[in-house]
Amino acid sequence: MTHLSASAVLGELLYRFLPVWIALFLTFALSIAYKRRLGLYGRIFDSPIGMVGFFLVMFWAYAAIFAGMIMTHDPLEQVYRLKDALPGTKMPAGTKGYPYYLLGGDHLARDVFSRMVAGAREVLIIAPAATVFAYMVGITLGLPAGYYAGRFDTVLSFVANLVLAFPVILLFYLLVTPAIRQVGIPVGLAAVLFLFPVIFLTILWNSRYFTVPWKRNLYVGLTLVIGLWAYSGLAFNADPLGVFAMDSNLLNVFVSVVFVNAPTVFRIVRGLTFDIKSRDYVAAAQTRGEGPWYIMLWEILPNARGPLIVDFCLRIGYTTILLGTLGFFGLGVSPESPDWGSTINAGRKLLSIYPWPAVVPAVALLSLVLGLNLLADGLREESLRD
Amino acid sequence: MLRFLLRRFGTMILTGLCLSFVVFYLTNLKPNLERLAKTQASARMTQSQVHDWLVEHGYGEPVLKRYGEWLGVVPGWTGKNTETGAPMGRCVDPNNPTTKAATYCGILQGTWGYSTVFRSSVSSILSTRLQATGILMLWVLILMIPVSLVVGIVSGMREGSRLDRGLSVASIATTATPEYVSGVVLIVLLSSPMMGLSPVLRHWGLLHGTALFKGSAASALDHVTFANFTLPVVTVALYGTGYIARMTRASMTEVMTAQYIRTARLKGVRFRTVVLKHALRNALIAPFTVIMLQIPWLLNGVVITETLFNYKGFGWTLVQAAEGNDIELLLGCSIVAVVVVLLTQLISDIGYIYLNPRIRIS
Repeated sequence: MTHLSASAVLGELLYRFLPVWIALFLTFALSIAYKRRLGLYGRIFDSPIGMVGFFLVMFWAYAAIFAGMIMTHDPLEQVYRLKDALPGTKMPAGTKGYPYYLLGGDHLARDVFSRMVAGAREVLIIAPAATVFAYMVGITLGLPAGYYAGRFDTVLSFVANLVLAFPVILLFYLLVTPAIRQVGIPVGLAAVLFLFPVIFLTILWNSRYFTVPWKRNLYVGLTLVIGLWAYSGLAFNADPLGVFAMDSNLLNVFVSVVFVNAPTVFRIVRGLTFDIKSRDYVAAAQTRGEGPWYIMLWEILPNARGPLIVDFCLRIGYTTILLGTLGFFGLGVSPESPDWGSTINAGRKLLSIYPWPAVVPAVALLSLVLGLNLLADGLREESLRD
Repeated sequence: MLRFLLRRFGTMILTGLCLSFVVFYLTNLKPNLERLAKTQASARMTQSQVHDWLVEHGYGEPVLKRYGEWLGVVPGWTGKNTETGAPMGRCVDPNNPTTKAATYCGILQGTWGYSTVFRSSVSSILSTRLQATGILMLWVLILMIPVSLVVGIVSGMREGSRLDRGLSVASIATTATPEYVSGVVLIVLLSSPMMGLSPVLRHWGLLHGTALFKGSAASALDHVTFANFTLPVVTVALYGTGYIARMTRASMTEVMTAQYIRTARLKGVRFRTVVLKHALRNALIAPFTVIMLQIPWLLNGVVITETLFNYKGFGWTLVQAAEGNDIELLLGCSIVAVVVVLLTQLISDIGYIYLNPRIRIS
């Protein structure tokens, strides 16, 4: 026997994901048991669509966490005889390790299955992180724009619309080429964009605790120390202790994805703030003499959380799609990176003869984004219920 | 209304200027110019030769001045070819250098410039490529709009029914499928001679050729056939369909809960008549805006799809221009893209006001 049959491949695949199944089972059992005490999170389990979405998302999240246990081969290992091998091909005699290429080999004779699992880790680190950064930028700028309106708002809205009027792919080509890196534009953008989380958290703590100096000093101090430490490492690769570092290719991709997403978040936050600032509790806070940042961050923002959580889910999915787009045009993290967009791009050249190297990551990406969209839909329905 | 239009046009022009300057600046960065010189002249040039070449071809001047030249508000650069002594310049016809050239030749004078990748004038490239993409977009819209509206109306008509659930999940699924995923899956399923449907159909004797559809749309440039154009059209349309259907559904469910619909139902009007005569008109206002705003998104999908199916339209050209750092072609492409984005926004705003009498601009 040199080949596994289709059903044997399926069985092996299900078995490889065993850690994921166990973790999923525990998550679902615990969450359903305590769902009444878990707030909005618990209510996902009241909606079938939300549950399916949560299942898909958590499947990939756990696959990324347990990637080391699930992978059958090193994602960069090449076994010459298995170039474009069919799914379920047995490893040639004399090779150690797992005996099959479960989902076949790609054009460089690497294991498609292991690359897909390694790609999950890559995608699930970059996409949520980039979305969080885009949110920090969008919130820090969107709240004052909506709250104060006026000229500040006009200028920022114009800039946001400017970025949104760019065709995304052109922007990527302009920002991710190696030439741009030499000039240092990505580092400059990173220097601006990565500062926002620090600013956001500093204002957040300060506006709340400035009346209790020791608490304020503690929180703001911690934020500034850790934040600026991470900032120096991530944006300038100048972390003196070497804990925070970002590969320059990755930085490039990360920054451009944040840059594309932030204006949309800005517009959403601005719109919500516009809507909420005329509510009575905002007027009450103003009468109490609260500062504008306290009102924005501790009165308006918490009350805008429903639509923002829904959009956050959708946006992670959209960021995943954007990362895939970058990979598809060969602008991804690096040529041998296992992220899904790059593997689809590498596999599409011989698509009609050897489809599996491209189809496997394509289906993986589809299922993750679908999961996020279904989860968002479930959340929206549940949060609208009250 | 007139003031509104004027303001919008003002914003449009300002946006166009800012965007084109950003593109101009980024494509004219020093490393990009050096790469351009090396691809245009010789890859083995020394640093000083590169510098000379750039100066000789008018890339030596400050960026702002050259942006002005491209725009047509600053006189075009002039110079001499160091070997032949023939006059060179922005406005000089490279094939016929001795004829007298104009002083200004920029976008304002209708000169879009010269593409260094395709070695031809930008305006002629753009017009042929846009035509090709226009045909693609036409078929996409013909497919996408009716399908998405019908799906949205049918599922919004009875909110919460099993049909509604099924269609909603299907719409969510299409919005979760980027073009490079759906394209890959469609090619494998429908156009591979060895995988998917085609071998099965051949086995049953229903199919005589190698595959149901073609995985490449390159031949569609000459004449569009069902076999070579279906997959790209479906690929582009799929992503937008789900989104428009979702929006139509939302608007339809809102209308269906309105008082006048209940009154009509209680009067004994048939459900079909209520949907077709009372609800539909009001439910279609929101989707109109969404469809217009979806067009710039389609542009994105078009770039991916044209690359995947090797259809030499606008999107394909944009990728070629970006990869070759073709400054003037890229500028042309971005101008076209910006105009499409802003024009569709404008049309959607005006259409919304026109369709919805409750909104009036003061």
